Amino acid sequence: MKKLIFFITFFIILSNNYLLAVDKPTELENKIFKNLRCLICQGQSIYDSQSDFAESMKIVVRKNLSNGMSEKDIYQFMKKNYGEWVLYNPEINKGTYLLWGLPIILFVVGGAIIIRKLGVFKK
Amino acid sequence: MKNKIFVTISFVLFSFCFAVFYVGLQKPNIYTPKLDKQIELPNFVGNDFFSGEKVISDNLLKKNSYYIINIWASWCVPCRAEHSFLMALNNKNLNLLGINYKDNISNAQSFLNELGNPYSKILSDKNGITSIELGAYGVPETFIVNKEKKIIKKIIGPIDNEKFNEILELIK
Repeated sequence: MKKLIFFITFFIILSNNYLLAVDKPTELENKIFKNLRCLICQGQSIYDSQSDFAESMKIVVRKNLSNGMSEKDIYQFMKKNYGEWVLYNPEINKGTYLLWGLPIILFVVGGAIIIRKLGVFKK
Repeated sequence: MKNKIFVTISFVLFSFCFAVFYVGLQKPNIYTPKLDKQIELPNFVGNDFFSGEKVISDNLLKKNSYYIINIWASWCVPCRAEHSFLMALNNKNLNLLGINYKDNISNAQSFLNELGNPYSKILSDKNGITSIELGAYGVPETFIVNKEKKIIKKIIGPIDNEKFNEILELIK
């Protein structure tokens, strides 16, 4: 019984030490990680990816944050290096208006079709 | 009449969406950036491969000279394939700057001992920060920097015969 208690205590201390040793990302860091595309596995954000380049990008984000850069500054920095493509939440501009506008257009047109079919405004 | 317009609009819209998605599906899903215009070389910091001293890009790259910045690692197989091209470029009128990406120093050194060292300077990029600050996509990657310190070409992946000739054209 004593041995069992010793092992359980030992395990708890060990796992706690491990959890403390891992640098947990803050909420802001996670938010930024989720909005940056992984350069190697391009369908994933760097938050999900563990590729070498994604890990490097996380380090750069942390470094820039500790240097006093804001979230927006970091996006600008990444955009300058990699283009709009690196952001999962791109700004509305000449190249992305279709991306932002199309769902709204489809929603309105789809809604119109449904309303028409259901005859909501028919007396 | 109204119904006809409605059907036509729906059809056009559907065809448009179909065309957009169909074209999208045909495209390769790995994005490689196009370099239409010359980009100012970003500032970057690294440690000297041999001495470990901190090096700032501004002090390293001088104007009025072409530079080739090559990101490599001893564990990267394509780097081995492109190394002979880098050795050949070493004899041309330009400076080669190597960035050793996330590598074990002794492995990197034996890589250079075996295949030769074409670089005039090598920076060690232990955690990959330098490569990200440069805007790199992977290993190997090569940037051609002109005399005004502007990136005129990015080569993602290994240098082959065709790209080698392209570099020679650019630095003429």
